[in-house]
Amino acid sequence: MGAADTSITAMGVVASLLQVAAIVIGGPLLLGLMAKVRARVEGRVGAPIHQPLLDLRKQMRKERIHAEHSSAVLIVVPFVFVSTAAVAGAIAPLVTTRPALATSADILVIVYLLLAGSVALALAGLDAGTAFGGMGSSRAMTIGALAEPALLLAVVAMSIQSGTSNVPAIVADTLNHPGWSASPQRLLSLGALIIVVVAETGRIPVDNPSTHLELTMIHEAMTLEYAGPELGLVSLGESMRLGLLLALTVNLFIPWGVAEQTGGLAIPLGLAVLIAKVAMLGVLISLFEVRSAKLRLFQVPELLAGAFVLAMLAIVAGLVTT
Amino acid sequence: MTIPLFVVGLGIGVAGVLAGAVLPARIRVASIALLVSGACLVELLAAGSVLLSGRSRTFSSTAILPLAGLRLLLDPLGALFVAIVAFVGLAATVYLVRYAFAGLTTRSATACYALFVTSLLAVPAAANTGSFMFSWELMAISSLLLLLVEHRHRQSAREAAQWYGVMTQMGAASILLGLLVLGSHAGGQTFADIKSSAAGLSPTVRSVGFMLVLFGFSSKAGAVPFHVWLPRAHPEAPSPVSALMSGAMVSLGIYGIIRVGGDLLSGGLLWWWVLVIAMGVLSALFGALHATASSDLKRLLAYSTIDNMGLVLIGVGASGALWVTGRRDVAVLAMIAALFILVVHASFKGCLFLAAGAIERSTGTRDLDQLGGLIHRMKGTASVFAIAAFSIIALPPLSGFAGEWLLFQSLLHGFTDRNTTTVIALLAGVVAFALAGGLTAVAFVKAFGIGFIGRARSPGAGAATEVAGSMVAAMVLLAGPCLVLGVVPGLAIPLLAKAANVGLPSATPGPLVRGPNLELAGYYGAIEPALLLVALVVAGCLTWGVLKLVARRATRRAEAWGCGRELQTSRMQYTATSFAEPLQRVFSDVLRPDIDVEVTHVAESRFYEKALAYSNETDDAIERSFYRPVASAFRWWGERARRIQNGSVHRYLAFGFAALVMVLVVLA
Repeated sequence: MGAADTSITAMGVVASLLQVAAIVIGGPLLLGLMAKVRARVEGRVGAPIHQPLLDLRKQMRKERIHAEHSSAVLIVVPFVFVSTAAVAGAIAPLVTTRPALATSADILVIVYLLLAGSVALALAGLDAGTAFGGMGSSRAMTIGALAEPALLLAVVAMSIQSGTSNVPAIVADTLNHPGWSASPQRLLSLGALIIVVVAETGRIPVDNPSTHLELTMIHEAMTLEYAGPELGLVSLGESMRLGLLLALTVNLFIPWGVAEQTGGLAIPLGLAVLIAKVAMLGVLISLFEVRSAKLRLFQVPELLAGAFVLAMLAIVAGLVTT
Repeated sequence: MTIPLFVVGLGIGVAGVLAGAVLPARIRVASIALLVSGACLVELLAAGSVLLSGRSRTFSSTAILPLAGLRLLLDPLGALFVAIVAFVGLAATVYLVRYAFAGLTTRSATACYALFVTSLLAVPAAANTGSFMFSWELMAISSLLLLLVEHRHRQSAREAAQWYGVMTQMGAASILLGLLVLGSHAGGQTFADIKSSAAGLSPTVRSVGFMLVLFGFSSKAGAVPFHVWLPRAHPEAPSPVSALMSGAMVSLGIYGIIRVGGDLLSGGLLWWWVLVIAMGVLSALFGALHATASSDLKRLLAYSTIDNMGLVLIGVGASGALWVTGRRDVAVLAMIAALFILVVHASFKGCLFLAAGAIERSTGTRDLDQLGGLIHRMKGTASVFAIAAFSIIALPPLSGFAGEWLLFQSLLHGFTDRNTTTVIALLAGVVAFALAGGLTAVAFVKAFGIGFIGRARSPGAGAATEVAGSMVAAMVLLAGPCLVLGVVPGLAIPLLAKAANVGLPSATPGPLVRGPNLELAGYYGAIEPALLLVALVVAGCLTWGVLKLVARRATRRAEAWGCGRELQTSRMQYTATSFAEPLQRVFSDVLRPDIDVEVTHVAESRFYEKALAYSNETDDAIERSFYRPVASAFRWWGERARRIQNGSVHRYLAFGFAALVMVLVVLA
């Protein structure tokens, strides 16, 4: 791919819209699936897989309530949170390596778009001026500040292999060099990436998404002041980010099935394969969650330092072998 | 002979100095503001024309400086820095008009302010050692005096001035020595002489010269471990001066490194640049960590300046190292990245310091733990602070993001270099880049989230009002480039490429970056921030539309969740200190927090507490473990030396006689 490729084509836009639709609908379904797996393993029947979508519908129809003393920040943040996730989903190579704006889908763009969402949510936590909101923001930013470098370094290791930090190009390169997926730097960065994804999306062992005990929560504490449609948007954004990060991780390491062309059946096929891959990864993470307990807050940095070291080793491995 | 425009600008600045020294108090501030902003505008024009045309302007006169003579040369590299200084200077001066308080309207303070801006403008144009050191010292001394404006009210200002005075004079002496070493071996004091004979100098002479100037320049740029003055001096100066120090003066330290190392000494040796990268890595990490832990807003900004200069030094060092090992295309990219970060840093850090001054003016404090809720009362300041803060976090599509992307790309493509030392240095650079990025986000979420939103934590913050319109306008002027250079970063690239061509010797390959967006030529990589912005706006509007369609119209306000408690006060909020506490605990080895809990009991019972005082302060580890021992050793020797000086005239006469005898003995 030359740098002169036009970044917007009609098929690219269609593919991007499809990707956004996939994470908007697929994200909540993924959450439902993971909850279902957990319930089954624990011997319960569990809610239907589409329960998160039903919750979303219920929340969207409610009245909007804003906390006293809150400012415009509280109102704007849900939109920022959802749109940054949506744009990151539109340009990332999920279904195809040629979505709209693929030439500008640099890893730094995707990481910083997600960071923009995290920053926005942390500010929302501080906006109402309550104790718990600030606690959640502080903890989320602490974990984010340690997870983000590990994420960046994990992808640098892959970028060195491909000679570019453009994510669609890395995925396309991996498709052309099947052996890369098994190379030491890839495996090391896979380890780092999975830890980071777990931390960024607030899953066990970093955070427990189903807890409502104030002193242990991170993410839920930030969103305490949200109700109704805005709570719906924030939860939607959260599930979109989960879907996006899992899809990106799986595509960086097992890219097969991602459409390299945008014509014909390639895109529907790509979508089907993506859903299957992400669902499998989701089930695996869920099985792991059932078997593990949440870490103490101050052990999380050690876990993330582990991810950081793995990512550094991945870079070193990459520099030694190439 | 015709006098070039940039010399006219300097002349207007000098007129400002005289006006400040002579005019009566009534019209003093207004007239120096007029003259200094006029000088800045003229310099912007002059620098702009040099940058656009690529042609240098010169001026020399032996009438002004004796012996060496005044020699000025404005080439594209110098013009870029003149433009940076002039832009920040213009905004700071507009801000000054309504900001100036009693201490800042005195004769000496106004004259010093005009002198400070004028000398800042002169430094990048100086073309021989004499003119350079003259303007450099004027810059140092005038800023030192401005730092002392509030010394009657604050002991901390006096301490800061001591630190700053010592560090800046040691730095200046070292730069002078370095330039003299180079000049004496080159056989001339003009920069052109040094440049033309640099190739013939032995590597030892070049290294000694560069190491001497590197100490002075990196200390001016606030590079760790020579940074100790910066987090003291920048917060204590009046805010327009802080903005100039942080936005403009530190850049001149970088300018010196590029000018001497890259331009005059033609790139030099690999280990110089590895050393520069190492300083950059230390500065980025140390600055970012301390910025997250500081709860004094201006101190936080000062540490963040160290962090940003660290990134710039990583870029400059990578550029030099890659240049030496022959990866010239990536070297140019790294230089452009460093210059881009410098430009955007001047705009957002200048803006943030001015905003911090507005907050201090309006609430009477700059302690984040006492602030909160300012977004309701200072809407203008809050908006510009948000733009500048998000730009410094590097959120797309703001200017900081474009800068970080360029730096990231240059490090990434530098990894294919064959030299192992360079690759290891670049790896350290990437690690520092990644870690500092995450920490910066925490620092500025804290600054904006605790300072501007939530509820007021003190009566002062609760009674704040928006500052004067001209002060807000000055901040808007500086916030403008955060948006413009973020959305269309390509605008600045051709100008930066011209400056980079001077900073890196001999003919350079065409600029690596082209287009209104950023797109690498020869490597695969691009960002299109404008399209990204459009996509974000479309996504936001669509979400809003869906919400409007499905949600019920009614909105109401309700009490915030208080965990079952009846009463929530603003004191229950997280403060800046508590916000940073988890990270402070994680990095306690570096930050060494000094936590003190003092409990006062009720007289009747030991089991009931009457009052509880908690303090949590972080200490600068480098200052404690290196500078303070050195300073106390000096003090010890000084006190020993005082024993022989007891004020007795007889003793001094005896000393004189002894010395005379000794001289005679030696001569005989």
